[in-house]
Amino acid sequence: MSTSGAPQTSGGKDILLRVRGLKRYFDVSQPLLNRLLEGKPRQILRAVSGINFDIQRGHTFALVGESGCGKSTVANLVVGLYRPTAGTIEFDGQDLAKLQRRSELAAIRRKMAMIFQDPYASLNPRWRVFNIISEPIRAFGLLDDKQAIIDRTAQLLTQVGLSPQDGQKYPHEFSGGQRQRISIARALASDPQFIVCDEPTSALDVSVQAQILNLMSELQQRLGLSYLFISHDLAVVRHMADRIGVMYLGRLCESAPADTLFENPRHPYTRLLLDTIPDIEMTGRKRVPVAGEIPNPIDPPTGCAFHPRCPRVTDVCRRERPHLRPVADGIMVACHAVDAPDHLSGSQAAG
Amino acid sequence: MSEPLLNVAHLRIEFNTRRGTLVAVDDISFDVMPGEVFGVVGESGAGKSLTGQAIIGLLEPPGRIAAGEIRLDGRRIDNLPYGQMRRLRGRQIGMIFQDPLTSLNPLYTVGRQLVETIQTHTSMNHEEARRRAVALLEDVGIPAADKRIDHYPHQFSGGMRQRVVIALALCANPRLVIADEPTTALDVSIQAQIILLLKQLCEQYDTAVILITHDMGVIAEISDRVAVMYAGRIVEIGGVREVVKNARHPYARGLMGAIPSLHRRVEKLNQIDGSMPRLTEIPSGCAFHPRCPQAFERCRRERPDLVRVGESQVACWLYGRTS
Ligand SMILES: Nc1ncnc2c1ncn2[C@@H]1O[C@H](COP(=O)(O)OP(=O)(O)OP(=O)(O)O)[C@@H](O)[C@H]1O
Ligand SMILES: Nc1ncnc2c1ncn2[C@@H]1O[C@H](COP(=O)(O)OP(=O)(O)O)[C@@H](O)[C@H]1O
Ligand code: SF4
Ligand code: SF4
Ligand SMILES: [Mg+2]
Ligand SMILES: [Mg+2]
Repeated sequence: MSTSGAPQTSGGKDILLRVRGLKRYFDVSQPLLNRLLEGKPRQILRAVSGINFDIQRGHTFALVGESGCGKSTVANLVVGLYRPTAGTIEFDGQDLAKLQRRSELAAIRRKMAMIFQDPYASLNPRWRVFNIISEPIRAFGLLDDKQAIIDRTAQLLTQVGLSPQDGQKYPHEFSGGQRQRISIARALASDPQFIVCDEPTSALDVSVQAQILNLMSELQQRLGLSYLFISHDLAVVRHMADRIGVMYLGRLCESAPADTLFENPRHPYTRLLLDTIPDIEMTGRKRVPVAGEIPNPIDPPTGCAFHPRCPRVTDVCRRERPHLRPVADGIMVACHAVDAPDHLSGSQAAG
Repeated sequence: MSEPLLNVAHLRIEFNTRRGTLVAVDDISFDVMPGEVFGVVGESGAGKSLTGQAIIGLLEPPGRIAAGEIRLDGRRIDNLPYGQMRRLRGRQIGMIFQDPLTSLNPLYTVGRQLVETIQTHTSMNHEEARRRAVALLEDVGIPAADKRIDHYPHQFSGGMRQRVVIALALCANPRLVIADEPTTALDVSIQAQIILLLKQLCEQYDTAVILITHDMGVIAEISDRVAVMYAGRIVEIGGVREVVKNARHPYARGLMGAIPSLHRRVEKLNQIDGSMPRLTEIPSGCAFHPRCPQAFERCRRERPDLVRVGESQVACWLYGRTS
């Protein structure tokens, strides 16, 4: 697989974001003095410990997983808020770590934006909405003319279902859903191709969530956006994603097209999650919840991190960590109990 | 049909504020039958938690019950003196809140908290109470309960803590448990464990549950009947299948359609425009009318009350009485 040249294609697919071997560790040790006095070792938390994925242009790739599995860390790495411990992030064929000149970096950065979970915390309460939304326009020097900025901001507000007059108000004058619309308008201000959405509706009520999800789908279609969509809510993810990666303790355990993942989950953790999550379908089937606790990322289980909770665990699972490998066309699974057909098991493709 | 265990009639909860009196819960009535799981759903601010707090006598001032009656086994409990209410709480009505830490004292071991609660409500001696506490912890699925009983709350994970809180709520074998968002703070795989546990234990102990949540999935999974709240009012009450699959009130129907499903993908989610009004700006007539696609003239003027429609009760001018 080639690693340079733009834009990248693989199997005829137009890849916008390519992530390989991405890791991020945090040093969560006690201060040195305490460590020496109490004889405690250094503690390294492996928030993200080597993940690979591609996002096709115009598509939505979703990351799901339970609290602490590393979703937000991936989001922060991709938009450059964290520096990777290892691994590469290529955007539109360019390795972000290799961009030296500020102008090059800025040119890429303006094509990426981020929307956060908490629309209260992510908007500066002392700024008028107009200034919040036009900030990326000014920061990237996209427009100089004052009237042009006013017009563009009005257009952005209208695009997210607010009115141009709302620009004169402050964030506290809006409801949670409206504030998330403001965040989206700001994200769109630099005319990005790609938006990282970290739990964009988790703080919202369901009826407001539906409004925001519909708005995001509509904008995606209209503007050809690609999304990295992060959520712990599998039903929301099913609704939004083209492709889904299921994370467990810093790694991907399964990655597949959305429909396939829901119709035929292969990894034992994905299966159990889909079996146990309460849903409004009322199929009346008996639930067998995933037993056990979510392990501590500072001291993860040996071998397969899911082994203490897995109903299919065998000896090899406790010893060896399964690698994410293709098990069918477009489907990757990290599990010793899931067979890979011969013609796929040789290829180390995006594994 | 048996007598209701709990009867709430015309309950009204108000707050006196500098800007006048706010009505947070406005004339709601419902029954809970012995042993049933009664779900209360609605978006944040609908008045779910206040309703639960009023029932167990834990409304915080300036909130107060301004009208209505609450009866447990036919006996009024909304006007009991403080001491009597405290005895009732725990003995007759247990509670489980969203954040397990609010129900646990961080300074005491979970064993001490369980033993004290058991001894407050029964005539057991310390030995017996401790044996019962270990058995309860085993019931709620705490491994090595005889050892964990001497641990402090912070030594348990979030899911484990919520199990301890459930043990605490059930330890006097109450007739009713009020669970306010009991799984909202937990991870999805842990949520499922806790919900099933709650359901199983309440069946085992024949305890009724008022399950307050905004999560329709949880309601669909374990409740028998549901009340849907909007802006301080109950807009629909019915059997869970009836409400989830065949809601009649336009808000309840809209809400069900707005929820993405695990099993089915739709092109576009059903969308209710606007948002729930603040307490200071509750619309006249039917509070849902500014957002209701079916609103007509009468909805703006007159407030609909619950009327029987089939097996359900619905508060909407599209049903029941003719004008
Ligand atoms: N700056 C940091 N310093 C130390 N540890 C961190 C830091 N950021 C994240 N972590 C740890 O890394 C792990 C992954 O965190 P992350 O925020 O990515 O999880 P998440 O999947 O987004 O969870 P949630 O669903 O709760 O948002 C967690 O154990 C977290 O405590
Ligand atoms: N102490 C208070 N003072 C004024 N209003 C309050 C107070 N406590 C709650 N409310 C309001 O009462 C309404 C219902 O609250 P609550 O029962 O907590 O809603 P929920 O359905 O989310 O549990 C909300 O609008 C809330 O803001
Ligand atoms: S590798 Fe083993 S423990 Fe891990 S998910 Fe597969 S079967 Fe379970
Ligand atoms: S009473 Fe009128 S406004 Fe209210 S829900 Fe029924 S139709 Fe809609
Ligand atoms: Mg996160
Ligand atoms: Mg509440």
